[in-house]
Amino acid sequence: MTQVPVGVFLIQTLRATIPGLTLLLCIFVASVPMGLPYLSDVTPFLSLMAVYYWSIYRPDLIPAVVVFLAGLLQDVLTGGPVGLLALVLVLVHGIGVSQRGVFLGKSFQVEWWGFGLVTVGAILFAWIAASIYFTTLIDSRAFLVQGMLTIAIYPLVTRLFSFAARGLRTV
Amino acid sequence: MRPGGGIERVASPLRGMVQRFAFVLLIGAALTMLVLSKTGNLGIERLRSVIFEVATPVLEVLSQPAVVANRAVDEIKELFFLRDENIRLRDENERLRQWHNVAQNLEQENAVFRSQVSARSEPQNYFVSARVIGDAGGPFIRTALVNAGAKDGLVTGLAAVTSRGLAGRVIEAGRRASRILLLTDLNSRVPVVIEGSRYRAVLEGDNSDTMHLNFLAAAAKLSAGDRVVTSGHGGVFPPGLPVGVVSSTRNGTLRVQPFVDYDRLEYVRIIRYDFPQPDEGLKGARQ
Repeated sequence: MTQVPVGVFLIQTLRATIPGLTLLLCIFVASVPMGLPYLSDVTPFLSLMAVYYWSIYRPDLIPAVVVFLAGLLQDVLTGGPVGLLALVLVLVHGIGVSQRGVFLGKSFQVEWWGFGLVTVGAILFAWIAASIYFTTLIDSRAFLVQGMLTIAIYPLVTRLFSFAARGLRTV
Repeated sequence: MRPGGGIERVASPLRGMVQRFAFVLLIGAALTMLVLSKTGNLGIERLRSVIFEVATPVLEVLSQPAVVANRAVDEIKELFFLRDENIRLRDENERLRQWHNVAQNLEQENAVFRSQVSARSEPQNYFVSARVIGDAGGPFIRTALVNAGAKDGLVTGLAAVTSRGLAGRVIEAGRRASRILLLTDLNSRVPVVIEGSRYRAVLEGDNSDTMHLNFLAAAAKLSAGDRVVTSGHGGVFPPGLPVGVVSSTRNGTLRVQPFVDYDRLEYVRIIRYDFPQPDEGLKGARQ
């Protein structure tokens, strides 16, 4: 191991927490009431974007445990079944980490298309799991709208992530 | 590339194994938690309340800019419609003044009748005002988080209202924040009566924007526009809180449009209603 100055080490450690912090921010922002019509019922699945993006680009900085804990936080904030979103996010993280070779170095369209598939899968899974949990067929329209909204704004949100990723090149 | 590539090459198979093990472990943990959560496990409830206590102050701070932004937008809108608004309010004030007179007369009349039949007076209500600091983003649950909790005297079961009517009830009371289950949620059940005809029913949410009426007497005849208020049965809500209007009576299901505008839920008042208890000894048995 080469010796690094304490200052550099601190800055690098702080930088290394950026993916985790963006994931946390996504969860809190999704929970804040925006006062926008129609959006109070269905907000985009922001945390899904963060998990998918970072598991492809910096899997070393977003361990599965962090994703799991973030999922638990979102479960508690939304008041849903504890463990449901943790399960969904850990599964997506697993897919992202294992399939990242498919997307790395390809065009953004490929990455977006992959995200579309993952979102459809994740939301379908959440809908089925929630329906089993509440032992009733939950109105699927809200899930559909959330899925479409999530896929639609993925390019916008990941533009912000890529700013952060550029700053992480040296870490 | 990064330094230390040599070490990485040796370490990566091991790291892969650790990662796979962690993945399986976490999936297992999440599934276990789901099952425990379904069975109402105390440990999960404690975990939930710990995370809740830690996360809600952050949410309270983060929700502040959204509130400020909304207010700014509202103020700009108001500036444009100041004149129209003024005329509308003057009309409304005139009408309300008349209603005020009617209400005062009725109150006096009511007091006289009550004393004549020696009716028990309704218990006193106290209000706690709270700001909405979070709403559920998930499509399978309809709840809101507010910045008042056990330290303000909130307990589970209390009614949350806005100036328009009933919004929901407290289902989780943390120390400084609480969760409100909205009327539209899948798990919301509220005993109501139809104003006028006095038919009783249970108002059920189904995660859509409106609610439906269940357990309504077969003989009941409802029409769109009938007002629905809480009945006070079941010992959950005070009677007479406005809930909504019957919006459609198509193919057998009776839809109710809530009075509360859930898209713009900013503040709620929590009613601390002292429900008359038949016997103090029954209190423990109810829990």
